[in-house]
Amino acid sequence: MPSDSALRIVWIYPDLLSTYGDQGNVLILEQRARKRGIPVETVYVRSADMVPDSGDIYLIGGGEDRPQILAAERLRRDGGLQRAIDLGASLLAVCAGYQIMGSVFGGEEGQPVAGIGLLDIESVRGPARAVGELAAEVDTGLGGHMLTGFENHMGVTRLGPGVRPLSRTVVGTGNGDGTEGCHTGKIVGTYLHGPALARNPWLADVFLSWAAGPLAPIDDSWYDRLRDERLKAVLPR
Amino acid sequence: MTQLPLRAQLASALGRTAATLSRVTGRGDGSVIGGRVGLILEPDLLRKLAADRKLVLVSATNGKTTTTRLITSELQELGEVASNAFGANMPAGHVSALSQAKQAPFAVLEVDEKYLPEVLDTTGATIVCLMNLSRDQMDRAGEIWLLAQKWQRALAGKDTHVIANCDDPLVTWGASTAARVTWVSCGQPWKEDSWCCPECGGPLDRKGNDWACRECTFRRPEPTWVLDDDAVIDPRRQRWVLDLQLPGRANRANAVIALATAEAFGLPVDRALPRLREVRSVAGRYTTVERDGRSLRLLLAKNPAGWLEAFEVADPALPIILSVNAQGPDGRDTSWLWDVDYRVLSGRPVFVTGERRLDLALRLDVAGVPFQLCETFEEAVAHQAAGRVDVIANYTAFQQIRAEFGRAV
Repeated sequence: MPSDSALRIVWIYPDLLSTYGDQGNVLILEQRARKRGIPVETVYVRSADMVPDSGDIYLIGGGEDRPQILAAERLRRDGGLQRAIDLGASLLAVCAGYQIMGSVFGGEEGQPVAGIGLLDIESVRGPARAVGELAAEVDTGLGGHMLTGFENHMGVTRLGPGVRPLSRTVVGTGNGDGTEGCHTGKIVGTYLHGPALARNPWLADVFLSWAAGPLAPIDDSWYDRLRDERLKAVLPR
Repeated sequence: MTQLPLRAQLASALGRTAATLSRVTGRGDGSVIGGRVGLILEPDLLRKLAADRKLVLVSATNGKTTTTRLITSELQELGEVASNAFGANMPAGHVSALSQAKQAPFAVLEVDEKYLPEVLDTTGATIVCLMNLSRDQMDRAGEIWLLAQKWQRALAGKDTHVIANCDDPLVTWGASTAARVTWVSCGQPWKEDSWCCPECGGPLDRKGNDWACRECTFRRPEPTWVLDDDAVIDPRRQRWVLDLQLPGRANRANAVIALATAEAFGLPVDRALPRLREVRSVAGRYTTVERDGRSLRLLLAKNPAGWLEAFEVADPALPIILSVNAQGPDGRDTSWLWDVDYRVLSGRPVFVTGERRLDLALRLDVAGVPFQLCETFEEAVAHQAAGRVDVIANYTAFQQIRAEFGRAV
């Protein structure tokens, strides 16, 4: 990122996919960048608007079945996100937004709906809703941290050879096969809905350092206290 | 009222006994267990108890308990009214409420949003009031577009008279299949769940309270009742200053729904409004409790839309205590905290407590709002100087605070 321009965060379709606290991920990235003196510019892209391809970090959140299908159709027609990824931008895709990034996902009656194919994953509608706290050991490359958060979805996601699992579940359902989320290049997908970064500030910093290079440490005490409390509450003793 | 069949009489009586036992043994207020016992003995009890009454069902994400109370107060002008005043808003609670006032010609029942189709089918209610729909406890409540669709299906083909807030697009869509609707404009401060058309998914263009889909014909119907700041404008364009004791915009909105409902029963505004003005607090909400020279006003807020309304009531000149839990009735997921814009609290002393105080602490830290973390509500109160203090708590946190004051509120 050139030092004379701001870090550009693009939040895709808050009017369709922002069911429960998804805005938190935007706010946390902004806060953690500003604390390090990195200027930030955030663009909220409504579903009637074009997705710019000039962003550094893209975010897409969770939502109900019908808005999810609408979002997938609009993103496919738009093409801006796909171009941005080709240009080297990063993407955090959450829950319904995660499924959209695959080749296919299950609609409200279980019917297959085409995704936009940025991730080598396929999702179907599972037999039961996975609701509750999730804890998982981060698997590869991105850091040796525990992932902690809350999941609430009916999706079962199969990972193809083009992606790696983000983590191995200790508590919770995740993708449904003992893994949770996936990543490839600068794209991370996860079922941890809402403000996943609130409980995983290290993951926020992964995105910031992809865009801005090495980061100075900041005071993480509120993040750490919350994270410790939640992990203690859910991990088997 | 016609006489209940013998089996229903027995079921109803045994249910009341169970309720009494629950109360005298201190296990609860009896409004759920009594109904459960009754329903086991006579599964068709709710239908039988509802028959031959003029019945109002009240449903929404926020304001159900208060609006139920307001309508009950009005209809008492006309006769005895059965009501589930304490918010037991599923069929067992309805059975219990109706059993306890068997001769009442009127009934006003608060209904959980998910149960509305079932309760409407069972009771064949005369009137259904629908105020608002927004994100709430997603881990157990599910999805609101889906909910509105179920309302549509439940209302289709019935002769129910719906009284609905046309400023809420999702409510309007949910009510759109009803044979008869009185549209009420009572505002929608929380708009984050209705930027898209529920009919076609296109963008909604919004201006003030008005809205219309850019891509299809779905648009806001013309209201016959309008909340206009501190007053209501009735269908004859007459303006009545509400002058309620209950504080806040949300309660003025609830009052307009209540006045439209009263008129549907032939009770004019000049007789209904004085009844509304008598209501001071509802199941502890908005009440003020005293402790060691401090006056604590208790506000309940369970979801982002509710917090927005609570902030509107809270006094910016006062310190504020916030308490958040995540027990079953609250929703076990605290993600919703990130949908609340806490920046409005900047500049006043903020005290954070409750079982999920660390979630709230991080949320405020990210919002840049200074606060003090308190292990207990007691500790938060101890920090206060003598005088007035606002308290906002979500459901079980609110009940815990009420319990500390002996529920005498």
